Amino acid sequence: MNATLKNTVLFGIIALLIIYVGLAQSWNSALLIIAMGLISSIMALGVNLQWGFAGLFNVGIMGFVALGGLAAVLVGMPPTEGAFAAGGFGVVGALVLGALTIFATILVMRRMAPGWRRNLVVIAILVAGFFLFRGLLDPSVERIEAINPAETGYLGGLGLPVLLAWPVGGLFAAMAAWIIGKTALGLRSDYLAIATLGIAEIIIAVLKNEDWLTRGVKNVIGVPRPVPYEIDLQNTPAFVERAAGFGFNAVEASTLWVKVLYIGLFAIVLILLMWMSQRALHSPWGRMLRAIRDNEVAAEAMGKDVTARHLQVFILGSAICGIAGAMMTTMDSQLTPGTYQPLRFTFLIWVMVIVGGSGNNFGAVLGGFLIWFLWVQVEPMGFWLMNLITSGMDLNSPLRAHLLESASHMRLLTMGLVLLLVLRFSPRGLIPER
Amino acid sequence: MDLLNALIAFLNYVFVPGVAYGSQLALGALGVTLVYGILRFSNFAHGDTMAMGAMSAVLLTWLFQSWGISLGPLPTALLALPFAIGLTILLLLGTDRVVYRFYREKKAKPVILVIVSLGVTFIYNGVTRFIIGADDQNFLDGERFIISAREFKTATGLEEGLSFKTTQGITIITAIIVVAVLFWFLNRTRAGKSMRAYSDNEDLALLSGINPERVVMITWMIVAGLATIAGVLYGLDKSFKPFTYFQLLLPIFASAIVGGLGNPLGAIAGGFVIAFSEVTITYAWKKILVYMMPESLEPSGLVQLLSTDYKFAVSFVILLIVLLFKPTGLFKGQSV
Amino acid sequence: MSDPYGDRGNKDVSIANPKGQGSLIPRHKGQSHAAPGGPFLIGDGMTAGYGNGPDILHDCTIAVDRGEIAVIVGPNGAGKSTGMKAVFGMLDMRKGHVRLDGEDITDLSPQDRVAKGMGFVPQTSNIFTSMTVEENLEMGAFIRTDDFRDTMAQVYDLFPILKEKRKQPAGELSGGQRQQVAVGRALMTQPKVLMLDEPTAGVSPIVMDELFDRIIEVARTGIPILMVEQNARQALEIADKGYVLVQGANAYTGTGKELLADPEVRKSFLGG
Repeated sequence: MNATLKNTVLFGIIALLIIYVGLAQSWNSALLIIAMGLISSIMALGVNLQWGFAGLFNVGIMGFVALGGLAAVLVGMPPTEGAFAAGGFGVVGALVLGALTIFATILVMRRMAPGWRRNLVVIAILVAGFFLFRGLLDPSVERIEAINPAETGYLGGLGLPVLLAWPVGGLFAAMAAWIIGKTALGLRSDYLAIATLGIAEIIIAVLKNEDWLTRGVKNVIGVPRPVPYEIDLQNTPAFVERAAGFGFNAVEASTLWVKVLYIGLFAIVLILLMWMSQRALHSPWGRMLRAIRDNEVAAEAMGKDVTARHLQVFILGSAICGIAGAMMTTMDSQLTPGTYQPLRFTFLIWVMVIVGGSGNNFGAVLGGFLIWFLWVQVEPMGFWLMNLITSGMDLNSPLRAHLLESASHMRLLTMGLVLLLVLRFSPRGLIPER
Repeated sequence: MDLLNALIAFLNYVFVPGVAYGSQLALGALGVTLVYGILRFSNFAHGDTMAMGAMSAVLLTWLFQSWGISLGPLPTALLALPFAIGLTILLLLGTDRVVYRFYREKKAKPVILVIVSLGVTFIYNGVTRFIIGADDQNFLDGERFIISAREFKTATGLEEGLSFKTTQGITIITAIIVVAVLFWFLNRTRAGKSMRAYSDNEDLALLSGINPERVVMITWMIVAGLATIAGVLYGLDKSFKPFTYFQLLLPIFASAIVGGLGNPLGAIAGGFVIAFSEVTITYAWKKILVYMMPESLEPSGLVQLLSTDYKFAVSFVILLIVLLFKPTGLFKGQSV
Repeated sequence: MSDPYGDRGNKDVSIANPKGQGSLIPRHKGQSHAAPGGPFLIGDGMTAGYGNGPDILHDCTIAVDRGEIAVIVGPNGAGKSTGMKAVFGMLDMRKGHVRLDGEDITDLSPQDRVAKGMGFVPQTSNIFTSMTVEENLEMGAFIRTDDFRDTMAQVYDLFPILKEKRKQPAGELSGGQRQQVAVGRALMTQPKVLMLDEPTAGVSPIVMDELFDRIIEVARTGIPILMVEQNARQALEIADKGYVLVQGANAYTGTGKELLADPEVRKSFLGG
């Protein structure tokens, strides 16, 4: 069996699995799996760029995804009336001040000779900067958060078309990646893993706590959509008529149609990114990356700037995760900072990349779909299994209740098992790097 | 101005909690640093190993309680601890046999083992939730305080109370004992020295007749002990919730790296550095400052540098600062 | 296609510890069997290479007898170190045999050869840098179950500087002192034969002379020594037996004096 045939069969199996869900459960679930599978594939593509092509170990995917989500809010939501006047300038001023403080610190670090004098100046700048920053920020934040706290209490967004948020999300993630990469990859020894792990937690902490920016754990709901609302479709006679022509009722047809539209949009993004990734892989730039990966010393000796290439690929990969994050928030229509968890948004993506095949873009896409499918479908499978196991038990037995209740935790177990099995028996993944 | 009350408030809200939390982080970081030194990878499953160990202790505590066994004023969990350690040792040795050993024999690069440990994380996390659920579990019994705030106030007549929880006392004493025993083991015993030798130079250790599998086995046993003790102490002091152990991973890694990865002394120092930074930066100093300042200068706000939700940010920033100035950590890293 | 268990060029020290990682696979393989006669230690007609790679040694023979110092010299890339590693079982033998004290040990793994009485001092990473000098020696005696204090005293007699610095981390010592620690560690097993891979690499000429003196002293205690040397002239001066290897094969063999006197050897390898 040649590689192309094998890959086609693998993708065919995924398609069959999804069709099975459509027939056995509902087409809504099936389409949702496809939509989220597309988003997952895009994230996996980004991580594959970093790990597969350059061997960079990013464990802060969650942070970049969340930044994308933030972009959706900041671009798509309407501005809160009076919020900017109340405290917007204060907040922006404080942020600029904060940036200036850090800039001044870096400048002092570079210009002054090392010694206790420099350390004192640095500490003085940082302490003074911090208190000025807080002094300017806190009152402005208070004023912003006082504006109708139940509904808004935050700055709101720019009210622009939400599709614009997707590239902006990428941009946000890229900027964060630049800062991380500059510090972590520039050090004599590379500390990227711990740096990304930490930054991701900090980004989530900011989203959870800075109510003026994201409403924190109160969540931003009702992010505008790029596709029509179901209720509008149901009130459109032409749509109802056409749905009836296909034998659907209007409610079901509208939910399906919305998902189809999202899938269309996501598919365009995935195909675009896939095309670019493949081009990049086979370009001189991609070959150089792989040369660095396989023999850094030789590549460096040939005059390749390894750190700069690593920084580039780290920024690109993170930006792709940011785009995916913006897409996800757009589809959910809400930003819920409390739901960002490392196991789901960082380590699950890693499972996708490893299972799909590190270093192969098609592998990443396959992994994205397959693992997302399992992530969603293991729960019903677990219930089915538990029902089977407990079928002989007394209906009131506490063990039976416990087992049924615990079935929902099967998904973590399954993910771990899949990852370990693939690493052991097929370490190159389902679609190995060529 | 009332410096004595200020001091008591400082001890009560900053120092004692800081020492207890620092001990817990230090024990966790020791486990991470040992795996890093001997098996040469950062074990992402360490937080969940702590959760598994603590869970065993919780279940055993409940069992003992149902039998009516208790330790009087001390928590029953202390009685369950040795058995829980035993179970965790079996778990880690089993995991090593089924999972890690294969990659060791293949001479897989450490970063592959990191990915493998991600898989183990998922499995441990799932098993913990499967068995005990994702909710908070209380397993603390016995006397709650060694010194309660009210007793302290009546005894000293001061305005501020100093409370010293039993769990804090146990944490600190256990940590001291464990660390002393560990250092004695590593520096004075044949097996401990063979671990250091293996960590330093695998091939030469092999040529000196040291059996790598034995070294790895001893390491996992010690790590199981450290993880279970850290997990139980943290669970007693705060509460047992599977997810919090996963979240402890960042401060634990930060402690180990700040101290110098692979250096046990560094892990302990790192644990306290991180713990005290977290506590001091997220504590609202108003109370203490009110005692210390003349009335006219009393602060109006809480004087809290950062909200407690940013405690992870603190560990991370400390980590970053240390790495920028001393890339190998406070103590020279990478040598057990 | 890259190695499935490779690191993809990842250099992240916050998750992966590259220091001290080994290349030897800790597995016992094969048995030894009696093969009486012949020199004390001999690698006989060795043809060998790494893994599935090409042959590096071609029918190469290296031997050392009781009370002798045997030296392997030759130009760069001649397979000197490889020859010694082959005797020690660190690469795959395709042809030939290794015999020690009347036993065929061709199939034994390196660590089993240590147990059989071979002491080996690698060229690099030959000490535990983070451990004290004394701990290094203790680790050398790890396989021994008897009291090794006498042996340690002997090593200290042989290398007095080590006694002085016994509480210092070995990594803090100078190059020459480190080599003494390395040799001392190997002697702690009470080996029947000592193999040294370029013991004078990277040390100054004065230290080199001192090291050679020490090596002669070790030989006087009755331990046969097989060593690879870069400094051919000095090494051959102290050698009872010399092997000149060229491209993985024996080019010239003789006593040290014979080789030093041989015009061909002088012209090609000793600079006239």
